[in-house]
Amino acid sequence: MATEALVAPAARRGRIRLRPSTWWQPVVVFFGLIGLWDLIALYYDKVQQLSFLVPYPLQVVEVVFAPKALLKPGQVAPNPSFLSQLLDALGKSTTVALTGLAIAIVIGVLWAVLMAQAKWAERSFFPYAVILQCIPILALVPLIGNLFGFEFNSRVIVTVMISLFPMVSNTLFGLQSADRAQRELFTLQGASRWTTLTKLQFPAALPSIFVGLRTAAGLSVIGAIVGDQFFQRGTPGLGVLIYVSNSRLNGPGTFAAIITASLLGVAVFLLFGLIGRLAIGKWYDFT
Amino acid sequence: MTTTAPSPSVTGTAPGTLLDFRNVAMQFPNGTIALRNVDLTVNRGEFVTVVGPSGCGKSTLLRIASGLEKASEGVAEVDTDRIGYVFQDATLLPWRSISKNVELLAELHHMPKAQRAAKAQEAIELVGLKGFEKNLPKQLSGGMRMRASLARSLTLEPELFLFDEPFGALDEITRERLNDELLRLFVEKQFAGLFITHSVSEAVYLSTKVIVMSGRPGSIVERFDVPFPMPRDPDIRFTPEFAELVGEVSHALREGHS
Repeated sequence: MATEALVAPAARRGRIRLRPSTWWQPVVVFFGLIGLWDLIALYYDKVQQLSFLVPYPLQVVEVVFAPKALLKPGQVAPNPSFLSQLLDALGKSTTVALTGLAIAIVIGVLWAVLMAQAKWAERSFFPYAVILQCIPILALVPLIGNLFGFEFNSRVIVTVMISLFPMVSNTLFGLQSADRAQRELFTLQGASRWTTLTKLQFPAALPSIFVGLRTAAGLSVIGAIVGDQFFQRGTPGLGVLIYVSNSRLNGPGTFAAIITASLLGVAVFLLFGLIGRLAIGKWYDFT
Repeated sequence: MTTTAPSPSVTGTAPGTLLDFRNVAMQFPNGTIALRNVDLTVNRGEFVTVVGPSGCGKSTLLRIASGLEKASEGVAEVDTDRIGYVFQDATLLPWRSISKNVELLAELHHMPKAQRAAKAQEAIELVGLKGFEKNLPKQLSGGMRMRASLARSLTLEPELFLFDEPFGALDEITRERLNDELLRLFVEKQFAGLFITHSVSEAVYLSTKVIVMSGRPGSIVERFDVPFPMPRDPDIRFTPEFAELVGEVSHALREGHS
C-alpha cells in the first residue's frame, strides 16, 4: 500500500508533464533556428556587406506578404507580384511532382508484381531497377531533352526516374512478406495465382507499399525541382523561380522559393503518411 | 484427394480408412532424409497423435498428407478431399476481421456470400468466439486466435483434420482448455484427426492412438492404443492409468531418441 501511494502521484505527474512537452519543444527549436539565421544575416549585412546572399528572415516574409516594405525609393513592385509568381510556380511543380509520382506508382507496382511471380523473373528484372537508381540523371539530361523536349514531359520523366526505385523495391519486399504458412493456406485450397495476389500478397504488401509511397512522394518533389532546372522551357515551376530569383540577386525571393519547395516536400510526405494511416492504420501500426 | 508417389494408386484402402501411408519415405533435394519406412493409417472415428523430438519429420508427415509435399518413396493415399489443416501459427490475415478470416476458405472455394457468412457464424459460435466477429486478430489473445483458426477450418466440414502442433506456443492453461474444446468438436463433428505435438500428456489426452517417432530420420518406433472412452473426462488426467500411459509413451520416446 505504502509503495503504491508513493508511486501513483509520480506517475500521474509524469503523464501530465509529458503531453505539452511534445509540442513546445520543436517550437522552441524553430525560434532558436530563426534567431541563428537572423544573426548570420546580420553578419552578411554588416560585416560582409553582401546582404543579398543571406537575407533577414523578416525580409523573406515581406517579399511574399508585404512586398512594398522592401522597395527602395523609386522602385516599383514587380507585376505580377512575387506571391502570385510563387503560387503559380508551386502549382506547376506540384503538378509535375504528382504526375511523375502517379506514373512511378503504376510502373513500380506492375514491375514488382511481375517480379513477385517467379524467382527467375526477379533475378532477370531487379538488376535494372538498381541500374535505374544508379544512373546519374544529369548524364541523361541532353538525351531526354532531345527526345522529349525541354518542357513538361521531360520534367515528368526525371521525376519518375527519381521516385521509381523506392516504389519497386518496397512493393516487391511487401509482396514477398506474406509468410510461408499463409501462402500454403491458399495453396491448400487450390487458390489461383491471381486470387493469391489479390487476397493475400497485395494486402500484405500494403504497409511497405505505403512506406515506399511516402519516400517516393518526397523524391518526386525533388525530381520536379531538379527537372525544372534542367528543362526550363514552357511553364516551369519552383526550380526556375529559385534560379531566376538568385540570378537577379533577389535574396529574399530565392529564400522564399526554397522554403516553399521544402514545405511542398514536407506536405507531400505528411499527406502520404496520412493516407497510409487511413488506409491500413486499423490493422497495421503505420508510423 | 490421392497423393501417390511414385507408384500408381493401389485401391487397397479399407472402407473406413481416410489416410493410408505405406512405406513412406521422404528425402529432400539437399539429401536430408526426413522420414523412413512410415506405415500409418487414420480411420474414421480415430484421433491419431504423433509425438517425436523436434526435427524428426513429424510436420513433413502432415505436409505429405495434405499434398503440400510429395513423398519420395512409398504410397500416401488420402481418401477425402475435405481436409482441414491447422498450422503452428493461427495464420490469420491481420487486415481481416475474425468473421472475414473465418470465411476465407469458403470464399476461396467460391461459396456464395450469404452461405459462407452463415457457415462462418456457425463455426465462430462453435469455438466460443461469439461477440468477437468484428474484432481484428491483433485484438485477440493467442488462444482466441487459435480458436479462430480452428473455426476457419471447420467451415469446410473436414472429414480429416490435420494439426501441426497448433497449441505449442500457448501457455499451459490455455492449451488444456483448447484440448478440451478440440475433444468436444471431435465428438460432435466426427472428423478423423492426425495431430502432431511434442507434449506427451497432450498426445495421450487427445487421442485414440499415439504414435511415437524417433529422431531424424523419422521412423515410427512404437504405437499405443489409448483405452479411455470418448467423450473424455478432463479429470482423467489425474488418474494413475493416465499417468502410467504417459510414462510408457515418454519411455518409448526417450528410447527412440537415443
